[in-house]
Amino acid sequence: MRENKNRGSEIVERFLDSTLESVDSAEELALGVAERAGFDEDDLMKIGMAVRESMVNAVVHGNRYSAHKKVRFSVTHHDTRFTVRIADEGEGFDFDHLPDPLAAENLMRTSGRGIFLIRSFMDEFQMRHLEPTGTEVTLVKYTVSK
Amino acid sequence: MSVKLNTRQVGDVTVVDVAGRITLGEGSSALRDTLRDLVGKGQKKILLNLGDVTYIDSSGIGELVSGFTTVTNSGGQLKLLGLNKRVKDLLQITKLYTVFDVHEEEAAAIRSF
Repeated sequence: MRENKNRGSEIVERFLDSTLESVDSAEELALGVAERAGFDEDDLMKIGMAVRESMVNAVVHGNRYSAHKKVRFSVTHHDTRFTVRIADEGEGFDFDHLPDPLAAENLMRTSGRGIFLIRSFMDEFQMRHLEPTGTEVTLVKYTVSK
Repeated sequence: MSVKLNTRQVGDVTVVDVAGRITLGEGSSALRDTLRDLVGKGQKKILLNLGDVTYIDSSGIGELVSGFTTVTNSGGQLKLLGLNKRVKDLLQITKLYTVFDVHEEEAAAIRSF
């Protein structure tokens, strides 16, 4: 666990269990930093939702609720960038070929909207495979419009 | 509990008042179970009152879609009432707003069945 708060910047890092409770914890941690960074209510809602969706992906799809796998979670606010990084220890997946949830044939699917919502709510979103295993997502929101 | 569900009857329409957070886990599964139970009992006209829903995630949206499909496939109708801005925005972003019949006022929603 690591926390560091200097004037104008803040870092929070945690290793979280692969549980739904961790999703709540991550959301709470992220929103705390986001609030102190000065985001308004609308942006706080978007950040909270993006973090939750990312954590659910890590806990449910990546680590599959395994008690032996952790989620590495960090929130950083520095200058005009608010950054969340979430990494799981799962087997990874092909995130370059995800079905489009807005396509007519997918509209009535009961799942598959999480990453789309994350991209909609954040200013930057990246995914990368980790070695030897796992996936890391990076979510960025600017504290001032660019 | 993250979500509270209350079912009441208005004529032949079943109104399900939903309050709280419809998120992965307890919230979404409670909604799913309630809708399946109603369909199992032969309810054909179901109005989901989401006026007191404070939060919904993609799993919750998935349960709305699943509920809509289940009710429709059983020959019934599922409609939505009282969306706040957050839920409305989410349904619009995901292009589901036009899939559902959405109402702002209960009496009008009941009459629309």
